[in-house]
Amino acid sequence: MSDHPFALAAPRGAVSQAPSGPEYIVDRGFRALAWFAAALILVLVAYIVWKIGGQAMPAIRDYHLDFLTGSSWNVQEKRFGILPAIWGTLYSSLLALTLGGFFGLTVAIFLTQGFLPARLAFLFRLIVEMLAAIPSVVFGLWGIFVVIPAIRPAANWLNETLGFIPFFGTSLSGPGLLPAAIVLAIMVLPTVAAISQDALNAVPYRTKEAAFGMGATKWEVILKVMVPTAAGGIFSAMVLGFGRALGETMALAMLIGNSNQLTLSLFAPAETLAALLASHFPEAGPVEVEALMYAALVLLAITLLVNIAGIGLLTITQRKISGKA
Amino acid sequence: MSAVEAIQDPGPSAVRAGSNDIAIDCRVEKIMYGQFLAVRDSHVPIQKGKITGFIGPSGCGKSTVLRSLNRMNDLIDGFKLEGNVQFLGQDIYDKSVDPVVVRRYIGMVFQQPNPFAMSIFDNVAFGLRLNKFKGDVAGRVEHALRRAALWDEVKDKLKASGLSLSGGQQQRLCIARAVATEPTVLLMDEPCSALDPIATRRIEELMLELRKDYTIALVTHNMQQATRVADITAFFAVDISKGGRTGYLVEMDETARVFEDPREQLTKDYIGGKFS
Amino acid sequence: MTDLAAQTGRVPPISGDTSTPDLAHSWSDGRAVANVLLTGGAWLIALLAAVPLVSVLYMLIVEGGSRLSLELLTDLPPAGFETGGGFGNAIVGTLVMVGIAAAISIPFGVLAAVYLSELGPDARLGRAARFLSKVLTGFPSILAGVFVYAVVVLAMGTYSALAGGIALSLLMLPTVILTAEEAMKMVPRKMKDAALGIGCTQTQMIWKVVLPTALPGIVTGVMLGVARVAGESAPLLFTALFSNYWLSRVSEPTASLSILIFNFSSMPFENQIQLAWAASLVLVLIVLVFNLLSRLLGRPKY
Repeated sequence: MSDHPFALAAPRGAVSQAPSGPEYIVDRGFRALAWFAAALILVLVAYIVWKIGGQAMPAIRDYHLDFLTGSSWNVQEKRFGILPAIWGTLYSSLLALTLGGFFGLTVAIFLTQGFLPARLAFLFRLIVEMLAAIPSVVFGLWGIFVVIPAIRPAANWLNETLGFIPFFGTSLSGPGLLPAAIVLAIMVLPTVAAISQDALNAVPYRTKEAAFGMGATKWEVILKVMVPTAAGGIFSAMVLGFGRALGETMALAMLIGNSNQLTLSLFAPAETLAALLASHFPEAGPVEVEALMYAALVLLAITLLVNIAGIGLLTITQRKISGKA
Repeated sequence: MSAVEAIQDPGPSAVRAGSNDIAIDCRVEKIMYGQFLAVRDSHVPIQKGKITGFIGPSGCGKSTVLRSLNRMNDLIDGFKLEGNVQFLGQDIYDKSVDPVVVRRYIGMVFQQPNPFAMSIFDNVAFGLRLNKFKGDVAGRVEHALRRAALWDEVKDKLKASGLSLSGGQQQRLCIARAVATEPTVLLMDEPCSALDPIATRRIEELMLELRKDYTIALVTHNMQQATRVADITAFFAVDISKGGRTGYLVEMDETARVFEDPREQLTKDYIGGKFS
Repeated sequence: MTDLAAQTGRVPPISGDTSTPDLAHSWSDGRAVANVLLTGGAWLIALLAAVPLVSVLYMLIVEGGSRLSLELLTDLPPAGFETGGGFGNAIVGTLVMVGIAAAISIPFGVLAAVYLSELGPDARLGRAARFLSKVLTGFPSILAGVFVYAVVVLAMGTYSALAGGIALSLLMLPTVILTAEEAMKMVPRKMKDAALGIGCTQTQMIWKVVLPTALPGIVTGVMLGVARVAGESAPLLFTALFSNYWLSRVSEPTASLSILIFNFSSMPFENQIQLAWAASLVLVLIVLVFNLLSRLLGRPKY
């Protein structure tokens, strides 16, 4: 028994005692450590922005904003412009989001609104989750050997018959925007499906019950009540899926053709910021590395903005649904 | 000195005893949660070796007062106590006092059974190990489980999860866990509210058994329970006159007196309303 | 219907139709037809969504499986016109770099999660750290590579397994933090109260009650994080680079399965393409094993 004042009246057999000095030190130390670990996340993000920004500084000084509007990438002449890469990033991501978002949302509805018995729904959910687990580089390989040969006949037929439409303006010789966007869509699908499922599941059952109670058909309930109610969460799913697509690298580097040109054609080779980094960085000399750092900074800014918007939206809508102010 | 003698004082909080007979002397001026005044002006002495029951309508602050006796309220944001709570002559709200130490001497049983996700044995041994008890842990565990009237039911499955027990068994396990370290005072916050009548009956028998060695403070929403087990009853009420809902102690006396011949009209109304 | 309305004093339906309604299914009703068409469409789209996975798995098993042999694990990658060969060094490299990533991100991630869940969930630091962790889940993996190149590779003067591991740890960290926080939040409040009520310090509560109870969930998070980074290639491109030799020191350029697949995929040789498929199969198996482990180990003990 300790000599703590509280121990004076303790019953016989009492074992209570104050924590020892070392225990207090461990307590303080551990809590301080956890605080530092949390603070480290803030420091890390700040350091990433600062470091990439710092590395990009020389290029920013040399090329100013012309870098964003130029369209040539010539190391010998020290002329660098990333307009085609920015265009390609947005174009491919939007295409992928349109396709992957539509499929992802449909899958989410399919999995949450009682179309499947529980066992099958579990199996299907597993398939979608496995899709998310396939590495980007494997999708790239699959894209080269499966997707491109599969869509080439259709693409070339479209080019021959409807070639006057800018979207079909070129033939598909190999890598290009469309195969890249298709594979990107497959990679965006699980993100959109997962977050949309959460959003649909968060709609209170009584809301659904009320709609059925008024004599709505299943799809009327889904399209007029469930989806609008979950709209905030679904929209954030799209934004986050878009963010994922913007930063996706390997599959694009393997499929988009890495050609620094501005094009509307779905079948032409193009470029994205991430693919530009992946394909040029490993062999770049000091001058090119500076320019690539500038491109990295632009990519960082775009993805940070999109992700912050998406997560901010998600936090707000979740708070609304859970009823907190 | 018997409780009857102790109650001669007609002061606002009636029970008075020699300071040697008081385990915790709780004098609340105000308990605040942020801007909300939860409890005011209540003097609640907890006598040694007796069961003190706290009764009153919901929102009357009885649980708040109980949880301020071992500083569990410190975990709630914005909690502030004005007044003082003397445990063995020391103010537990003094800056020098560590709430962790207070809780080691003043044990607590909660409203919801809350065993840890570990074996039955480890649950009961938890406090012993925490206090670095060097003696016969197994013996202590058995003793505590016997006192909680749970030993016969679990002696063959001490390695099973504490969460695998029924609700009533879980609550007795929590009592065993609380008494294993032989705390000076045991606080029980509506320990039977989540249990069925049969389990409630067992816990009540257990409280009467524990009274031999323990000082117990018990919050209950069930007045019959107070008449069955409490030696002393404190009746709290809610004051809504100033717009808020502020609890305060109306009267505190020997249980028989509170129920049969209460001093305050308010007590009479509350007990009468429920009993007649 | 009219009788009923008279008896109950109710007003007839808005439509004015007072005849007995036909409650049977009606195929002439446009709403019913739309319902059936939409259901069919949803089925079609859901099945279409499953096609890519089936196709990927089919290719992996047929193309990659045909090349599966023991020498894949023991041999080094072949040069241009060579036949045979394997990618044992790339498997080792991937595992070592994932190990380094785990060794960095698990302690930091779990500690940060302890703060987010137990010490300061609503503190300003807690809110900011949680928000940034979520933002980091969408941090492009290639930028992790760029950052580590600037910080580690330039400082060390060489590409290395260490730099690769650090780059991977950046991508693993948010997964570990967010799942570990979630797991600790799932430990019931009443259990934490019980620990504090018996006189635990916060640290004792966390070590003796919260962490053991949340362990399955934390392990799930770690395994998911491992599965996520094991397949990553972009952050390794210019941090670990590649090597045709066995790993001897972590301060040297190091091979990985994903970079091997990337490199071989663009080679004009049948042998290398086959190896790329076989490496993909091995990589997907590694990723799936960790995914499976996260499910199995995620079951609570009690």
